[in-house]
Amino acid sequence: MSNTMTDKIPVTVLTGYLGAGKTTLLNRILSEPHGKKYAVIVNEFGEIGIDNDLVVGADEEVFEMNNGCICCTVRGDLIRIIETLMKRKGRFDAIIVETTGLADPAPVAQTFFVDQDVGDKARLDAVVTVADAKWLAARLKDAPEAKNQIAFADVILLNKTDLVSPAELREVEARIRAINPYARLHKTQKCQIPLAEVLDRGAFDLERILEIEPAFLEADDHHHDHDHDGECGPDCTHDHHHHGHHHHHGGLKHYHDEEMQSVSIAHPGDVDPEKFMPWINDLVQTEGPNILRSKGILAFARESKRFVFQGVHMILDGDLQRDWKPDEKRVSRIVFIGRNLNEDALRQGFLSCVA
Amino acid sequence: MPAAPVQTLVDRVTTLAFDRYVLRAGFLGDEMLFVFADGGIQLGREAAPMHPHADAILVAAHAGTRLLTGGDDGRIVETGPDGRSVEIGNEKGRWIDAVALGPDGSAGWSAGKNVTVRDSKGRLKTLTAPSTPQGLAFAPKGYRLAIAHIDGVTLWFPNADAEPERLTWKGPHLDTSFSPDNRFLITSMQENQLHGWRLADKGHMRMSGYPSKTRSWSWSHDGLWLATSGAEAAIIWPFAKEGPTGKAPRECGIRPAKVSCVAFHPRALVLAIGYEDGWVLLVRLTDASELLVRAGGDGTPITALGWDRDGKRLVFGSASGGAGLLALPV
Repeated sequence: MSNTMTDKIPVTVLTGYLGAGKTTLLNRILSEPHGKKYAVIVNEFGEIGIDNDLVVGADEEVFEMNNGCICCTVRGDLIRIIETLMKRKGRFDAIIVETTGLADPAPVAQTFFVDQDVGDKARLDAVVTVADAKWLAARLKDAPEAKNQIAFADVILLNKTDLVSPAELREVEARIRAINPYARLHKTQKCQIPLAEVLDRGAFDLERILEIEPAFLEADDHHHDHDHDGECGPDCTHDHHHHGHHHHHGGLKHYHDEEMQSVSIAHPGDVDPEKFMPWINDLVQTEGPNILRSKGILAFARESKRFVFQGVHMILDGDLQRDWKPDEKRVSRIVFIGRNLNEDALRQGFLSCVA
Repeated sequence: MPAAPVQTLVDRVTTLAFDRYVLRAGFLGDEMLFVFADGGIQLGREAAPMHPHADAILVAAHAGTRLLTGGDDGRIVETGPDGRSVEIGNEKGRWIDAVALGPDGSAGWSAGKNVTVRDSKGRLKTLTAPSTPQGLAFAPKGYRLAIAHIDGVTLWFPNADAEPERLTWKGPHLDTSFSPDNRFLITSMQENQLHGWRLADKGHMRMSGYPSKTRSWSWSHDGLWLATSGAEAAIIWPFAKEGPTGKAPRECGIRPAKVSCVAFHPRALVLAIGYEDGWVLLVRLTDASELLVRAGGDGTPITALGWDRDGKRLVFGSASGGAGLLALPV
């Protein structure tokens, strides 16, 4: 599924609650002098004023696949539109899908993995979520869609930062990190951001799942307290974000979201593929509705290459990737973002796969 | 894998090249016809291409002397063999998702959930479908339209006051087609299978086992066979008597490439088969003998096939605009 990425048309999905600034970001992408042509798929009842040659109105029609998989929903209109667009090669280099504020990103993402015709021609590049710094915290409490959009994101633009105080900003950032510590988070005003941070991210490309460390360990903000217990390298196996509430990490309060969490589990060695594959397949079959995203890099016993996988609900995409480097510690790590995750069961299940 | 067909018709093929995705190919009256996704229509070999739409053509249907196209300009245009185009509908910039030719000069189309039919006198009737239709088909008899959508098909008599009839089967239905004898209604589905109903008693028929979606099908001239794309052979279902239930389909033209397009000869049990690697074969159902028409070209999928009304000429086109005209030795 992840091969021949290069000749597939990249698709960027823009999500975000109403008024967060999706259209601002979209117009910014379209107006910058990048020399690229975009086909833009927007909600047909949504905001207008998009200045682009190729704009398609979509009706956001979600349907369940009739394959016994209850969370396997896809966007039927997207299948139809992308198939039609692909007959006009040369007219555009990439596709941007803007969803409504109330949309769940999962059906959009799953469309690229479930529909073979779409998956053959287009690839999901990243889910980019625009969040309103002033209102996100409130939306996370009253709007499940807003929580889904944060949990699902590969890139988060925390926008309108000029409308909040530094303390409020840290607060909302901590709320985001409680749900999704892995997304790249950018603080913006009027969605001002270098486009390279938003486009061509390869977030679903197995070749580019280079590291799955929580992104907040990177020095991407200005509050370097460094009060956590030592620097963590890629072979670090201790828990990064499940040790109690209000722990400080790089200056951020550590919240625990009651509903949506992330779980990261690592084992400093090999796992047995004969045990791991049935376990992970069974897990996503039974827990798929609750698991929004999953990723892993694994050292399989008697295998010189890294096994990498990523998943959306029940859909898993995995492959052997490059060789483990001689100076690289063989560590097996998996992460999940989801709703009401049973961390102990996940941990026990994963550790029972140890070789 | 069977050996390549011994007999070949390659030397009877005139190669054509258009460099544009061929959406539909066939004949309009006696004129060779190609419809391109970029919006062009080529009628005959010499004429300059026409562009009746502002930009792209999204869907097209043709039969006899009528060509119906729906564009991303929201317009529905009918074109005749003389090259004259008439706008018969306008959905104000919305993408046209499906078009269908009806009896006595009628036509149908859909944009989003709105389905419209236009009779020969130009009278329009509209219906809102339960979800966005992907396929439309008029019944061979009467003024009746089948509308394929999620979880089934709506059967609509536009001139009757009665509520449209609903045939239900869970899942998203794509294209739809009546059997020529009006006894069966068939749909292709998102889940790589076909579904069918016996219209007399609404009995279900499932035709499954495809590795990919069926996006092209063709009824034989006698109406007894339905040839379909989507597998590494043309899958041909028997529709004599009670239909395909409990019967195995014929598999013709088995090759290591999926069938992308099929078209039955209008007078004989001969099937033209286009493949996703650009090959075209003719297969005779009676003895499964094969004739080579095209050995791949540039390797892009065959997207359109069409016979003239006597079955003496066949045209084909591909996703990259590779095309050809076969003149049979008759």
